[in-house]
Amino acid sequence: MFDSLNAVVLARAQFGFTVSFHFIFPAFSIGLASYLLVLEALWLKTGKALYLDLFMYWLKIFAVAFGMGVVSGIVMSYQFGTNWSVYSQKVGPIIGPLMAYEVLTAFFLEAGFLGVMLFGMSKVGKSLHFFATCMVALGTLISATWIISANSWMQTPTGFAINSSGQFVPSGAWSTILFNPSFPYRLVHTVIGAYLTTALAVGAVGAWHLRRNRHDPYARTMFSMAMWMAALVAPMQILAGDTQGLNTLHYQPAKVLAMEGDYDRNPHGAPLILFGMPSNADATVRDAVEIPRLGSLVLLHDPNAALPGLKDFPRDQWPPVPIVFWSFRIMVALGMSMLALGVWSLVARARGRLFEWHWLHRAAILMGPSGFVAVIAGWVTTEVGRQPYTVYGQLLTAESHSPLAAPAVAASLVAFVVVYFAVFGAGTTYILRMMNRVPEAREREPAHVPQHAAGITPAPGINR
Amino acid sequence: MSANDLAVVWAGIIALAVFAYVVMDGFDLGIGILFPIFAVGDERDQAMNSIAPVWDGNETWLVLGGGGLLAAFPLAYAIILPATYPLMIAMLLGLVFRGVAFEFRWRDAEHRRYWDAAFTLGSVIAAAAQGITLGAVLKGIRVAHNAYAGGWLDWLSPFSLLTGASIVLGYALLGATWLVWKTEGGAQQHARRMALRLGALTLIAMVAVSVATPFLQYDYWRRWFTLPNVFLTAQVPLLVIIAAGVFFWSLRRGAERLPFLMVLALFLLNFIGLGVSVFPYLVPREVTIWDAAAPVRSQEFMLVGAAIIVPIIIGYTAWAYWVFRGKAGTHGYH
Repeated sequence: MFDSLNAVVLARAQFGFTVSFHFIFPAFSIGLASYLLVLEALWLKTGKALYLDLFMYWLKIFAVAFGMGVVSGIVMSYQFGTNWSVYSQKVGPIIGPLMAYEVLTAFFLEAGFLGVMLFGMSKVGKSLHFFATCMVALGTLISATWIISANSWMQTPTGFAINSSGQFVPSGAWSTILFNPSFPYRLVHTVIGAYLTTALAVGAVGAWHLRRNRHDPYARTMFSMAMWMAALVAPMQILAGDTQGLNTLHYQPAKVLAMEGDYDRNPHGAPLILFGMPSNADATVRDAVEIPRLGSLVLLHDPNAALPGLKDFPRDQWPPVPIVFWSFRIMVALGMSMLALGVWSLVARARGRLFEWHWLHRAAILMGPSGFVAVIAGWVTTEVGRQPYTVYGQLLTAESHSPLAAPAVAASLVAFVVVYFAVFGAGTTYILRMMNRVPEAREREPAHVPQHAAGITPAPGINR
Repeated sequence: MSANDLAVVWAGIIALAVFAYVVMDGFDLGIGILFPIFAVGDERDQAMNSIAPVWDGNETWLVLGGGGLLAAFPLAYAIILPATYPLMIAMLLGLVFRGVAFEFRWRDAEHRRYWDAAFTLGSVIAAAAQGITLGAVLKGIRVAHNAYAGGWLDWLSPFSLLTGASIVLGYALLGATWLVWKTEGGAQQHARRMALRLGALTLIAMVAVSVATPFLQYDYWRRWFTLPNVFLTAQVPLLVIIAAGVFFWSLRRGAERLPFLMVLALFLLNFIGLGVSVFPYLVPREVTIWDAAAPVRSQEFMLVGAAIIVPIIIGYTAWAYWVFRGKAGTHGYH
């Protein structure tokens, strides 16, 4: 019993680690693909070389991020079997096709258009190249759609029956499965999150170069575009998060109560707990700092509405409250900081000090990585909040894992951690190095990296 | 289409993905395996350039194979992966290492030696893990109540180590003959010498695996050697002898493309031989494609996508190889 419990905890740690690491790269490449699309469109529309140079500058960074996303993604398609074989066997008929479509889309995208986008500018002409850029941007979004649909189905499963061998099989139309109740909210929240993450990263790079030379036109353009994005998208993201919260309260109330730290029921309006130390053992939040009735106002849009507590649910259906409670707070705090940065940038813009206000630039640099932290914290909230189930309300995590031995999982976990930090640490260093370089006029692929290989590359574009 | 036929169609698609993966990633893994033997500088750069434009397209077939197996035959996926757990993890980590080494060796000239070493190590580990997995599956996996029922080192046996070594040799041979095709001058002569030796070693390994396999389980013996099967199955070794003959002859005669094509033929014959031994089992003697098949509705739903996208991928891949058909050179394809 002790051994098997350990193996499950280790298997979860391993899966959580590899999937979190993986997600950093798509979160960036989804946003960056769309940003590149906008830059190329602006170049085509205005004819200004500045946009083309920025396009080429970010394209190199995109190539490395995309490559690392592919490499870490290969691991994911096998982790389901190595760590969660019972889950795979039972849920394969539903999740499998969604993931297969994701693979086919990504494959198609990679084989078809990425090479043209990376190396084909001189080869295929402007409009066909722009088309390839559009397809890559679209492809990243389609890919996200499939995988979010699969994930959402695990949170709010619909359209299934259970057959004689205990498998989940489709019972109605596939659309019922694809468009399960939490899917639209989760998709919007995730995609906006990716855009915001990218905007903050681009903004930080812009600010970094403004600190060196505030007249640099590239830095100004990057920074200005990114700050517009932060100012417009951060409030949208907060709104999207709020509606997803309402959806979750409806379908997965225990998760929301864990996020809020509400152990006790509040028949006359729940407070909003700002901070505190939740403890499942004592079923209470110690040292809580709370604002009366605000919890009900946020969740139910009525300060006096009754809110159940975790104690209304059987103890074995509680998620690990401290993790969810804190990851949620990290995400929200970062979201609010992003909003503040966006508002600050609007004030600076109105006063004509957008490119002069050093403290704004410092803040933007500090906020550069915040999007990545926020998306990981958000995923931790929703995935740990799904516990103790893999398929919410249907299949327990404790009944989903492979017949594993703890030493095997422990050894592989260590191997993953070591290899990932070495390999992706090096990759991140190269990306930071590229970001540190000042964009130049007639920006191109460096001559000594002719054989970059993300995707099947149409030939001669790469040889200069 | 009946449920039974649909399962056969999906088995065909996955077999295609696996074979495409084995031969295509096979030659670029092979180049990784042989990398330390190449001279630093010109020879290494030519070798790297010859596979740079195609390697990650090659690797994506592995994702399609894994994803397809999960979707079409979840039971087989759920049994084979836990049974070969340490091998799968080793393979994935190996592929991570060599995948990024590809990119980073150009970005970071200072540490190129280390990335080159990572490239080789990753390639050897990935190839060996795949070969050992093949041997472990052939030897048989303990199954009880629709789940893997063995320990975490059950995959280890003299037979699986033999298949592991064979795959490493076979991939190296694919890599060497690919270089005979794609390089010129001293690098090509070097590759030719390596191909001769590796060809002999690979054939020995093939014979050893072929001789050992029928003794693993009576079923394999029965499929190959009983009448009237033997009249059909005997064609496979016959064709192997012919392909091997042409391989050595063409290599000595100085042909550039034929040796690689003959090695492909050898791989194909081995793959057919594998099919003869195991079809319709996915886990030999335990789980057939029909036992493991996902419901018709799931397989149908995916077939729509696969029927559209897989041909496009094949077409595009063929075109990309056509574009890069010349010699690789030290600065990229001419």
